[in-house]
Amino acid sequence: MAQPNIIKLANGQKGNLIKITSINLDGVMRRRLLDLGFVTGAVVEVVRKSPLGDPIAFRVAQTTIALRKEESEKMEGELVANGE
Amino acid sequence: MGNEYRIALAGNPNTGKSTLFNALTGLRQHTGNWAGKTVSLAQGSVSFKNKTLHFIDLPGTYSLFSNSKDEEVARNYIVFEKPDVTLVVLDATSLERNFNLALQVLEMTKNVIVCINLIDEAEKQGIRINERLLMNRMGVPVVKISARNKQGFPVLLDTIDRIVTGEIECHPTQMQYSPEIEAQIGKIEPKVREVVGDRISARWISLRLLDGDEALLTELAKRFVPEGVSG
Ligand SMILES: Nc1nc2c(ncn2[C@@H]2O[C@H](COP(=O)(O)OP(=O)(O)O)[C@@H](O)[C@H]2O)c(=O)[nH]1
Ligand SMILES: [Mg+2]
Repeated sequence: MAQPNIIKLANGQKGNLIKITSINLDGVMRRRLLDLGFVTGAVVEVVRKSPLGDPIAFRVAQTTIALRKEESEKMEGELVANGE
Repeated sequence: MGNEYRIALAGNPNTGKSTLFNALTGLRQHTGNWAGKTVSLAQGSVSFKNKTLHFIDLPGTYSLFSNSKDEEVARNYIVFEKPDVTLVVLDATSLERNFNLALQVLEMTKNVIVCINLIDEAEKQGIRINERLLMNRMGVPVVKISARNKQGFPVLLDTIDRIVTGEIECHPTQMQYSPEIEAQIGKIEPKVREVVGDRISARWISLRLLDGDEALLTELAKRFVPEGVSG
């Protein structure tokens, strides 16, 4: 039985599909991410990564959203497809 | 004057609220300040079946938790100014994103119509929407329109009319939370109801207080000062 591969969203590579399992942020920042569609169970795709990994663009709930590393580092998910 | 009603338009940015507002109200528009605030909102009226429907175009937002001035304006209008009907305008091609706001509105107020716009574009993209199923799930009327093509307006106006006359009663579906949260709501809600009565959803306020919404607490304190207490 393969263990699910849990990674930080910040460590996703272009093309990866990640199913969010935890959001370790509070308050307004958490609320903002939830409103953008970063909810547990949602599958997000890494669409673009700048050279230093900050920001990273994700496809989430039919829209592309760029997140700063301090946000994408605080969310984890299961790598469901590598893409590419 | 008994047959004048206020209809608020809420929705994400770019869902066609202003297009709908302009198509419905044409030149019968003005911007008005409300409740002594410096915020001005576009208002326009429509005559329908011996009634005057005043439409108010609220700022477009993704959420109503008052993380920004626009969200605060839209939320305060829906909750405290109590429009007769709140129309939530959704983009038919982006429902997943748009339902976040729709579900928030269903928790805040009773008389809601979910108005699915850009239906022409959705049809082009092969998206089919089962409005009966949505209506059953959400407990409020769901109307498909194309604001750009002025399609679906008679049904929309008729639905508004039936809500204000009481012919249609809305039962907005309330989100159920985890047992711990529901237990906390159960403790707070009766106390909140003592203060606000039936004017505002006590459940919704309880949820916001549990979430630590200080801006709302301040707003409530301003609006519900007990008799004999001055601030
Ligand atoms: N195809 C199509 N486009 C629409 C419709 N309603 C609005 N739009 C377009 O969607 C864009 C945003 O509309 P607008 O009314 O400014 O949205 P608002 O931000 O919600 O006020 C504009 O380019 C409109 O022309 C519609 O029913 N069908
Ligand atoms: Mg607009």
